[in-house]
Parts: sequence; structure tokens; C-alpha cells
Amino acid sequence: MTWLTGGALSVAVFMIVGLISLVVAMGTTTFWPVPLVHLELQDGDALMGELTRVEEIPDSGGALRRLMRSANFDLTDEHFEWADESDIVAETHPDWAILVERLDWGRFYGTPTRFEHPGGVVEGTPETVWAAFQAAHGEVRDRWHERRAIERGPIGDFNAEGEALRLELRTEGLDHGFRSAPYREAEQRFQAAEEARTRRYDTLRAGIDELDALNDEYTLELTTADGEQAGIQVAEIVRAFAPNQLSLLDKLGVYLSRWWEFLTDEPRFANQEGGVFPAIFGTVMMTLIMTVFVVPFGVLAALYLREYAKQGLLVSIVRVAVNNLAGVPSIVFGVFGLGFFCYFTGTWIDEMFFAAKLPSPTFRTGGILWASLTLALLTLPVVIVATEEALAAVPNSMREGSYACGASKWQTIRRIVLPRALPGIMTGLVLAIARGAGEVAPLMLVGALKLAPELPLDMHAPFVHLERSFMHLGYHIYDLGFHSQNSEAAKPMVFTTTLLLIGIVVALDIAAISIRSRLRRRYVTGRI
Amino acid sequence: MEQTLTSPESVSLSSASSDGVITPPSVGRTVPRDRDQPSILDTIERGERIHTATHEAMLAEQHVLDIDAFSLYYAEVQALYEIGLSIPANKVTSLIGPSGCGKSTLLRSVNRLNDLIDTVRTEGDMRLEGESIYAPGVDVIELRKRMGMVFQKPNPFPMSIYENVVYPLRIDGERRRQVLDEVCERSLRGAALWEEVKDRLHDSALGMSGGQQQRLCIARAIAAEPEVLLMDEPCSALDPIATGRIEDLIDELRGSYSVLIVTHNMQQASRTSDYTAFMYRGYLIEAGPTRDIFTSPQRSETEDYITGRFG
Repeated sequence: MTWLTGGALSVAVFMIVGLISLVVAMGTTTFWPVPLVHLELQDGDALMGELTRVEEIPDSGGALRRLMRSANFDLTDEHFEWADESDIVAETHPDWAILVERLDWGRFYGTPTRFEHPGGVVEGTPETVWAAFQAAHGEVRDRWHERRAIERGPIGDFNAEGEALRLELRTEGLDHGFRSAPYREAEQRFQAAEEARTRRYDTLRAGIDELDALNDEYTLELTTADGEQAGIQVAEIVRAFAPNQLSLLDKLGVYLSRWWEFLTDEPRFANQEGGVFPAIFGTVMMTLIMTVFVVPFGVLAALYLREYAKQGLLVSIVRVAVNNLAGVPSIVFGVFGLGFFCYFTGTWIDEMFFAAKLPSPTFRTGGILWASLTLALLTLPVVIVATEEALAAVPNSMREGSYACGASKWQTIRRIVLPRALPGIMTGLVLAIARGAGEVAPLMLVGALKLAPELPLDMHAPFVHLERSFMHLGYHIYDLGFHSQNSEAAKPMVFTTTLLLIGIVVALDIAAISIRSRLRRRYVTGRI
Repeated sequence: MEQTLTSPESVSLSSASSDGVITPPSVGRTVPRDRDQPSILDTIERGERIHTATHEAMLAEQHVLDIDAFSLYYAEVQALYEIGLSIPANKVTSLIGPSGCGKSTLLRSVNRLNDLIDTVRTEGDMRLEGESIYAPGVDVIELRKRMGMVFQKPNPFPMSIYENVVYPLRIDGERRRQVLDEVCERSLRGAALWEEVKDRLHDSALGMSGGQQQRLCIARAIAAEPEVLLMDEPCSALDPIATGRIEDLIDELRGSYSVLIVTHNMQQASRTSDYTAFMYRGYLIEAGPTRDIFTSPQRSETEDYITGRFG
């Protein structure tokens, strides 16, 4: 029996450790810069890229082939190319092979041959071209960031203001009728405001155009392995370096800079590149809102079941039903959330409070609030069961002591039972977070999007936008893995995002666990 | 009930008990007893009523609590049979008897703690200072506030020492810091705990030793100046030294509080109490001044129990 039980445990541990190690190993290496390999082939073609893997050609009797990440998607329509070992004539690691990470179209591999800037054109050896590019790159990128800041800040404010003005006008119309005098007055005010706004917009736009015009004059031209020339706008270049020249320290620098971008920036190139900050934000915010809803509801329900309800057949049936609710497939909760929250409740809210915006939906569609509520429903059984167990573990002698002091039932619950049960309730919360933060299926129906341009929390009143759709790491993984145009290119990002999601769940859990141990010291063991 | 001064007898009694243990009667000694009465045990077997032998001295006292033909059932099982007992005011009265005889049930009936058990049903009544405890419409919460209770196992609440002591006032809505501070100090001094904990009043009560926790529970029980202090085997979970301190404390409470204490330790009953009531299988067999119960009981069953022949 020892062998059987021990064996079962080791198999379980092996599988868990194996899965985690796979995710960690694949996830942490994604951003490490690897050398660029230049291959000359028998037919005279050349190929340059990162070696992804070597595998046996099917039914060839042991011949090998290499999968090369060749990038340059805009020229070749391919991210990856195969090269048979037998076709390879020569293999080199050219010093001046440059890796360019672009805003769009993914990476570009090539050798710099020409650099255009307002002061003229640099041509000649790759070294001089590269040096000229390096000198200008930072400045151009600064202008690009400045341009983006204008788009985000003033233009964002501008758009929000315009939306508010339009709503105001429409509300006036709905209140008084669209032919009434107050509406006409409001319309005139609106026109006047619009004119002033248009002038303001023109100045903002002019600022952006000016920055763009300056940046347009900077172009880096590279030659690919098979001799094609391509010019790349310098403003489009996020990061460029020569992987074959990097020292270990340089590589570490690139690695950390890529992680930083991943954690803090927005996704680009159909989510395959760039960062996942909106998804991190959405995941954490959704989980927190879920917590805010599920804990009070779950605790109150468990309190009734354990402390108030007369124990009997009915309560037992309810208890079994709650436990079974935990086993309902999550997609069913998603469908329920879509039907009840989005369509039923959302329609009602829109008609009551957002009539001016109709027919465009406000709450009558997926959003972070509905997603959080759906997940709260999904994790409610976990919280109820854990809370019930925690309440049952409160010694009866404490309740009796409180009653004997003349406390009412509610005073006893509030002052004695709940504090004492808090650590156990936190355990339920940990489980609920672990379950809720990793859930994807229901979110597809109630508000998670592939790309949500606006965060649910920003600087425009009312600051928290619970009706907005959001990005979610779990959905991001699904989208990267199954919906990107090239799954091979997205695979490393899938692992990295998975690693990040696991990390976030662990971080949320650790936070809850540390609160729990503090509560336990305070209310159960007495060591403060 | 007329106001009577403490009788000379009880003065001598309390001095005797504070001197130490009263020697139980030796096994061979004959005790004056009503030979005409059939054995009580036989009467109980037959399911008939018994007559409680209550000593005159106990009846002559001023009473704080009167138990009147009180019966209690757990569902169909009767646990207490028409108990009639009056608890003298400002005295320590102990309930003794073998395990399962209903001592704790009787004690928990006084502050209606048995209400928490759904299946419990009662007959008869009790009166606290003449006011009915079991009459319909009695506010149980207000009733419990007039009594303090100390349990078998120390049950400090999961909060600071200070908050534990002032808990009865807190639930009454008392917020004035000065009042709370005063009550805390007075109660802790009353429970002989002040010197030990005055510097760590805001530490968790759960970090104290078992004996300290029990004294804390006593401090909590006396914080609201209860009319009756109920103690349910308060020393059974404590070591001998802690037990000694609690017994000393009970001794000090005598005179200011009416204490009803359940104990299965006869030495403790003889050491600490002025009056003793002996219960057996749900019946109250005999009640009287402790010295009389231990030296010259009226019932042979009491003597048998005290001398260790059964129970």
C-alpha cells in the first residue's frame, strides 16, 4: 500500500513539476537573443534566420532538416522556412546581420546598407550605416513616443469631451423633443462648441503631423540574405541590434528590455509582438472585482446555511446543490452571464440610464463588470463551502461564552465567529482566485476581447468604466495559440504569457495567503 | 424574602471551609438517617418522585435564585427531574454528583444556554430575584446579562485581553473609554490577574496560559457585575497550581457574588463552597451546608457518594 500511495503521489508530483518546468523553461527563454545564422544552399539561394529546431524529415531514413525563423514576412509571406541538412553548403554567423523589431510585420533580418536622414544619405560599410542609424534612432523614437502621448492624452480627452457633448445634446432632445426650442438652443451651443473644438483639434493634429514629417525623413535600408533591398522607417523600429556581436551583458540588456516591453506595453502586430499590459491589467482588475462580489455573497450565504438555518433535509439538499454547482462546466456560466447579465440586466440598465447612447449598447454587451459577476457566480460555491467549513471549525465554546455574556446571535457572529473564521474564509478566497483568474471559456462570451483599445480604468470621468470590454491573459493565450496567422511564431509568446498568468495567479494567492496567516496569528493561535 | 443577617452557623462554616478540607465521614461511621424512608435509588428505579432532603440552614438563607420543580428533556430523554433548590445570596454553592447526573445541564438551564439546543424542552420554572426565568416573553439576552458564566474549558475570545474583559459592556454599546478602562481594571483585579497582564492588555488573549485564560474568563464573567456567577467545572482543564489559584479566587469572590459552581472534585467542593447540593441521575438528592453534607448527610446515598462507594 505504501508503494501504491507513494507511487500515485510521485506520478502526480512528476506531472505537475514537469508541466511547470516546461512552462518556465519555454517561457523564460523566449526573450533571450539567439544568433542569426546565414545558410548558403546548393541551389544558390541563401537563407538567414534563427535556428528554431532540427528534426528528421518524415519517411527519409534519417535525413535531417532545420526550421529557420526567417522573418521578413512582408517580403516572403513566410515567418519560417525549412532547410534540408543535405542542401546546406555553408553556414556562417555574419557580424553585420541585424535583427530589427518593427511595429508591424514582425521582425526583419538583414544587413544595413543605406541610411537616409534629413542631413543626407549614409552609404558604404554596414558599420558606418549602423553607427549613423544608432545615433539617430533614440531621437526619432522619442518623437514617436511624443506623438503617441499626444494621441493618448489631449486627443483622448478631446474625443471623450466630444462624446459627452453629443450625449448632452441628445439627452436634451430626448427630454424636450427634437423640434423643441430648448433643443434648438442646445444645438446652437453644440455647434459653437464644435467649432472651437475643431480649431483645437487642428492644432493638435498639426503637432502630430509635424512630428511625423520629421520622422518620415529617417529610413534604414537593409539587404536580406537573398539580396532584396527593403527600406524601413526608423520610427517603426522598436529595437534593433546585431545578435552575433552581442556580449553576454548586451544579451542580458536585450533580454530585460524585451521583458519590460512585454510587461508594460501594448500588443502590436496582431498580438504576436509587443506587450500584454492591457491583458495583465484586465486580468487583475477582473479578479479583484470578482473578489469584491463573491466574498460578501458567499460569506452571507454560508452564514445563513451554518448559523441561522435549521439543520435538516432542506438545508442538506441546498448544501449538495451548492457543491454540485462547482461542477457545472464554466461555459454554462458564460452562457448564463451573457443571457442574464448582458442581455437581460444590460438592456434594462441601458434603457434606464443610458437612453441617450442607444442604439449603441453600454451595458447591453460584454464588459468587465459582467465578466466579473459571471466569474463570481462560478466561484461562489468554492467560497460558500470553504466558509461553511471555517464556521463549523469555530469552537462552540466560544459561541456559548459570547451568548453567556448576553450577546445576541448577530453580535456573536460578528464579533466572535466571523473573526475566528476569517482565515478559513481567506482559504476559500485563494481557491476562488485560482479558479477565477485562470478561467477563459465564459469570458469569451461576456467581455474578453482579442484587443481592447481602452483600459477599464483611465483618467476620463467617471474613471472606472465597468461597461468596457477588456483583455485577459487566459484569452490572450488562446488567441495567440489558435488564432494567430502563424502558430509557430506565436508559440514562444504562448509559453511566456502562460508563465505570466501563472505568476499573477501565484502572486494573488500569495497576497491572500499572507493576509490569512496574519489573521490566523491574530485570531486563532494568539501570537501577534 | 426577608432580609436576614448571616447566621452564626454559616460564619463558622465559611471559616471552617477556608481552613481547608473538611474530613469526610469515615466509612464505618453510622449517620443519623430516616430509616423509615425506602432507599432513594429504589424509588428512582421505580420512576417515582423523590423528596429532596434540604437542610434547614440552607432554607433560612436569603436566596438569589429559586429553582422550582424544574424538569428538562433532551427530546424524549428526561435529564432533570423536578429539581427544587434555592441558591443563597452572596454564598458559594456547589453542585456535586457523578458524571452525567445533570449538574451541568442544571447550571446551563439557569442562564437558558440550553435554549441553543433545538431538542431541549423544560417544565417548571426558575426565578432570579423573584423574577421568572422561563416565563414566556422573558428577554433571554437581558437575562443572561444579569449572570456571568465560566466554562469547563477556558474560552477566551479571539481578541485582546482588554477587549475580552469588556466584551459584555461592548455588546451593550458602551463606548466611553474611561468606563471601559475602569471596568477592565476592576474585573482583572477581581480575577487576580491585573498584576500579571496590566502591561500587555492589548495582546491577544489566546497567547496566555490556560490558568490565566480561565481567570480572564472569570474577569469577563464579573465585568458586568452579575447577580449570579455560574461556574461549570472551572478547574477541570487546569493543572493543580492553576486550580489552587482559581479556588483562592472563588474564596475571594465569596460575599460579593452569589456563586453556583459545578464540580466533580469533592475536595474542591468542600474547600470552596458554603453550601453543597448532591445530584444523582437527574434528581437532586440532598442540599445543605457543606460541612453538614460532608460530615453528617441525611441520606445514605450522599454518604456513599462522598465516601467513594459509587459514582
